[in-house]
Amino acid sequence: MTDPGRAGLEVDLTVPGRVTVALTARPGEVLAVIGPNGAGKSTLLAAIAGLVPAEGTVRLGGRDLGRLPVRERHVGVVFQDRHLFPHLSALENVAFGPRSQGVPRARARAEAREWLNRLGIGDLADRRPRELSGGQAQRVAIARALAQRPDALLLDEPFAGLDVGVAATLRIELTRHLAAYDGVTLLVTHDAIDALTLADRVLVVDDGRVAQVGTPAEVAARPRTEHVARLVGLNVIRDGDTLRCFSPGAVTVSLARPEGSARNVWPGRVLSAAPHGDAIRLLVSGDPELIADVTPAATRELGLEPGREVWLSVKETAVDTYSATTSAAR
Amino acid sequence: MSRDPLGRAPALILVPAGLAVVVLLVPLVVMVGSTDLGGLVDQLRTETARNALWLSVSTSTAAMLVALVLGLPLAWVLARLEFRGRGLLRALVTVPMVLPPVVAGVALRTAMGRNGAIGEPLLEATGFAFPYTVWGVVLAHVFVAMPFVVISIEGALRSAGSQYDAAATTLGASRWTTFRRVTVPLALPGIAAGMVLGWARSLGEFGATITFAGNYPGRTQTMPTLIYVTRQADTDAALALSMVMLLVSVAVLFVLRERWLGVGTT
Repeated sequence: MTDPGRAGLEVDLTVPGRVTVALTARPGEVLAVIGPNGAGKSTLLAAIAGLVPAEGTVRLGGRDLGRLPVRERHVGVVFQDRHLFPHLSALENVAFGPRSQGVPRARARAEAREWLNRLGIGDLADRRPRELSGGQAQRVAIARALAQRPDALLLDEPFAGLDVGVAATLRIELTRHLAAYDGVTLLVTHDAIDALTLADRVLVVDDGRVAQVGTPAEVAARPRTEHVARLVGLNVIRDGDTLRCFSPGAVTVSLARPEGSARNVWPGRVLSAAPHGDAIRLLVSGDPELIADVTPAATRELGLEPGREVWLSVKETAVDTYSATTSAAR
Repeated sequence: MSRDPLGRAPALILVPAGLAVVVLLVPLVVMVGSTDLGGLVDQLRTETARNALWLSVSTSTAAMLVALVLGLPLAWVLARLEFRGRGLLRALVTVPMVLPPVVAGVALRTAMGRNGAIGEPLLEATGFAFPYTVWGVVLAHVFVAMPFVVISIEGALRSAGSQYDAAATTLGASRWTTFRRVTVPLALPGIAAGMVLGWARSLGEFGATITFAGNYPGRTQTMPTLIYVTRQADTDAALALSMVMLLVSVAVLFVLRERWLGVGTT
């Protein structure tokens, strides 16, 4: 810890039947928690905040949060459904935290106004949550969580349910606010873009366990779970203790069985075909399920419509092979 | 009337629905039609009627406030706390709701009467006894009305959702602050509805009141007991007094509906 006023986060907890996670994060660090629905991401956040009972330890700086009630943890939460108080104005929502912690009303309001200005929604201070758009409400929720000056900030799917354009704008803004925030940020997301653009490190959770930890670049280049591979648009095949990863652009699609090692040749049936940049991205069933990018011309020539039986192959040189168990070089 | 895309409503539903309306409205309409409006004013001029009306309104309001002050916390306990026997507690609390009011009156007498298990020590210690006092009327009203208040407020607290409570807690709010600034404001329409329900139940209360508190004009004689007593001698007067009750009930419901329940505005 460089700043004694701010605290690193050490988590080693289990919510029985849901999730078991150990993680550490430095002050100021943004850690993205990524994984499929039901992997236990939101449960992890709720357990750190103290909203669901958990076994193990959660330490924030010198404090053992596990022994503290929720309200003494100083952990700011931006809930997935925001949970803005519908009967309070945006300003009162943001002032709620400071006021609950004993800040006099006038000062709490002044602070809240400052936060709303910082989030660019100062002119909406008097609106009720139902009079706000999704993006505006999300900004209020972020301001509300930050206004209590939490030691850690937990964001649960902050862009879920927003229009693509609104989400993109908010993502850029959030990058700025998180850079200015000196506590630990945990950002739960199912979107690779969030993890790649906002996070210093990525924690991949799958089936209630940590599947991978690394920088966004490492995780994107050498994903360890099928889910992340799909998110970043890669094929990953498990081969014993090693993973074999290749891009959909390296896959050759043919109608007859191609030459080559059986290890790199798979039969399958086209499940879907959709434009992806300049190419057409095919999802092909089989064991494993793979994605392949082909040119529109090839798609027409080969008649690559859903239902079509095809062979997929990839050159060994295009395959990145790495261990499935140990962490990649850090 | 525009056509319902789901098809015509079946007669098997419409006919009983119509009968339900008839059963509910015809007696009231006939009563209104048979009332001599001049007699209504005359009745209101009598001291007995004015006393009874004032007693009914004031004791019902007092009972509603007591039921709120005690019932809101109980509703919160039932809605927000997890503990063994919660279901049993809820069931016990609702017993007075289904109990015949006369039985409620007998139970109150047995416990709080001058010779009651609690009433007797209370009388010896303070010289005060509930029966045949206005406080007895209020107690009887609270006993029969509070379950309605508790159950409807509990429903309101549940549907207001505990996720806002969770959000408030993460912002550092104590449970009391959360209750005061989040839980109660969010459940306000439901709380108001519960209060109206409790008030209406008190206003019409007859059995428990007459059994426990008696029927002393000016002291424990409420409108329902007055109507009952009057009807034996003078049907027209009873009709006029009933009209007064009907008007008061409807007026209060109407005002509160507009103001608190948000019904009719949406």
